[in-house]
Amino acid sequence: MAVAEIDPRTLDIDPAVTDIDPVEGRPTLVAGAPGFAGVTEAVSRAVEWKPPRGWYVVFAISLAALGTLGVAVAWLFWEGVGIWGNNIPVGWGFPIVNFVFWVGIGHAGTLISAVLFLLRQRWRTSINRAAEAMTIFAVMCALVFPTIHVGRPWLVYWMLPVPNQMAMWPQFRSPLMWDVFAVSIYGTVSLLFWYLGLIPDLATLRDRAKTRVRRLAYGLFAVGWRGSHRQWMHYEKAYLLLAGLATPLVLSVHSVVSFDFATSQLPGWHTTIFPPYFVAGAIFSGVAMVVTLMVVCRVAFKLTHLITLLHFDRMAKLMLLTGTLVGYAYATEFFIAWYSGNPFERFAFINRALGPYAWAYWIMVTCNVVVPQLFWFKKLRTSIPLLFVASLLINLGMWFERFVIVVTSLHRDFLPSSWGLYAPTAWDVLTLIGSFGLFFTMFCLFVRFLPMVAMSEVKGVLPEARVNH
Amino acid sequence: MSGERTLWGLLAEFTTPDRLVVACRGVRDAGYARWDAHTPFPVHGLDAAMGVRRSPVGWFVLGLGLAGAAGGMLLQWWVSTTAYPLVISGKPLFSWPAFVPIMFECGVLGGATGAVLGFLLLSRLPRPFHPLFASERFERVSDDRFFISIEAADPRFDRQATEALLGRLGAEHVEPVETGGGAAGARARGER
Repeated sequence: MAVAEIDPRTLDIDPAVTDIDPVEGRPTLVAGAPGFAGVTEAVSRAVEWKPPRGWYVVFAISLAALGTLGVAVAWLFWEGVGIWGNNIPVGWGFPIVNFVFWVGIGHAGTLISAVLFLLRQRWRTSINRAAEAMTIFAVMCALVFPTIHVGRPWLVYWMLPVPNQMAMWPQFRSPLMWDVFAVSIYGTVSLLFWYLGLIPDLATLRDRAKTRVRRLAYGLFAVGWRGSHRQWMHYEKAYLLLAGLATPLVLSVHSVVSFDFATSQLPGWHTTIFPPYFVAGAIFSGVAMVVTLMVVCRVAFKLTHLITLLHFDRMAKLMLLTGTLVGYAYATEFFIAWYSGNPFERFAFINRALGPYAWAYWIMVTCNVVVPQLFWFKKLRTSIPLLFVASLLINLGMWFERFVIVVTSLHRDFLPSSWGLYAPTAWDVLTLIGSFGLFFTMFCLFVRFLPMVAMSEVKGVLPEARVNH
Repeated sequence: MSGERTLWGLLAEFTTPDRLVVACRGVRDAGYARWDAHTPFPVHGLDAAMGVRRSPVGWFVLGLGLAGAAGGMLLQWWVSTTAYPLVISGKPLFSWPAFVPIMFECGVLGGATGAVLGFLLLSRLPRPFHPLFASERFERVSDDRFFISIEAADPRFDRQATEALLGRLGAEHVEPVETGGGAAGARARGER
């Protein structure tokens, strides 16, 4: 059985040493010049060897949280939506906040995969596989919430355009229906894109498999891939076109999600800035989540020479850009609320900053506007501890952004006699924690059984892959 | 089928993409038609070196994408005008601007399906059994080696001449690949 003659000890390369590519004169994307076989070995052994002890700890905690989700949803179905804090006027509370939060996180995976591919950013090759996996799991978590938050979940199928015995059909002009199509199609297309990218790497694992079960399992999904150039041509064309389709998809899906709010009449919701603002925010929070995941995975699975400080530097710049855009959107909303002269619009924003939920508003502003400004400085962009803490704060801030948008706009709208307050119940919180359990359980399984770095793509950007004739 | 072993073709192994590209030009210029290059990642310049035409996957994407968009609009039109008409906010029954988001999403779904289906169909995949899988050295095609395979069914194939040509073009190793027979089939099925 052909095995690359690599001494495993040489794979623990000092990631601080980045080689300079002699032809391009820039740092190589991969440190330590592992060569093609080194890349195969480094990524495959994460799947083939027993996972580090930390994986078992994280998996156990995630499973426990997933169990919590199961209990919370079961109790919800039994007792009804009353177990949550949703009330009138705040008819949309945690469930929709969580839905938008998770969908937003998913978008960065597609950005890294599709948009950075179209922009020929070759550094994406080390992180795109994990980012796409993150997207799929985030969309799974997102779809849980609209499904369970309806008062009669056994009628959820009414949202689907399927012939039924009542001869009833959905109403397609509603943004909520647009959401059904947008998010489920986004999940499907992301899955197709991720799977297409996996095929050559599954073939690698199939060819290295030492047990029959592994060979059959990987072989089944590798569909007989044999690296034929005639097949690579079709593969590359399909990949390019999928990237071209996924890009407007990212933009349209989160715009459609923002339409859930923007097509209403509520001050603070009814504004045309929502689609670009939501999309920028989604990429912002998603990249932060990728950073959180990669900081841990690269160390745990000894991939520090494939996922280098250069990658974090680029992701920090993305967070700086999208964070600044989000900050600009906050400022624009405020300005337009004042400039419009509309008393309801003006009140909505003053209430956000100074009203009963001001604490949530200022957490949001600190985490989303102040924290990413740190990334103007290269030293801070490449400091792993800072990146980790900042990415967590950014996701906290982005969750609070959705909380502020949903709750503060609803709790005090046009008529003061309708005003009220909202507080989540323990079940709201447990369901949110449970959704993290679902996400991390899926991610743990992903890193355990599938290659978390796109091996064939990384090999393609190594200096050795360049053809000089 | 068991016991009968015939020559399927020759498999040449190369160590770098450079050597592969040069070799491919040589094989192309020698006039072979039933041959292929095998690489762990797509190598730039192989399209021209092999003389292969561009992939028609785009037509699948366009066709199924337009079909998806049309289907999405048709569904909404039929439901809103005939199957279950509702007057919503005074809009006409065929309020097509409000139908655009779903039409767009359905179009993207169709296009994405077209891309994957087109790729699978044009690549003739899934195909779990292939004579090349019988070669031990070929396992490195998904790792770090580059190969050229020339089928015996090619009209210009000659065991000695083709093997000599591949050697001249810089192959590190050339081996015959056989098809049929118990051992090759067993190996391809994963039994060692």
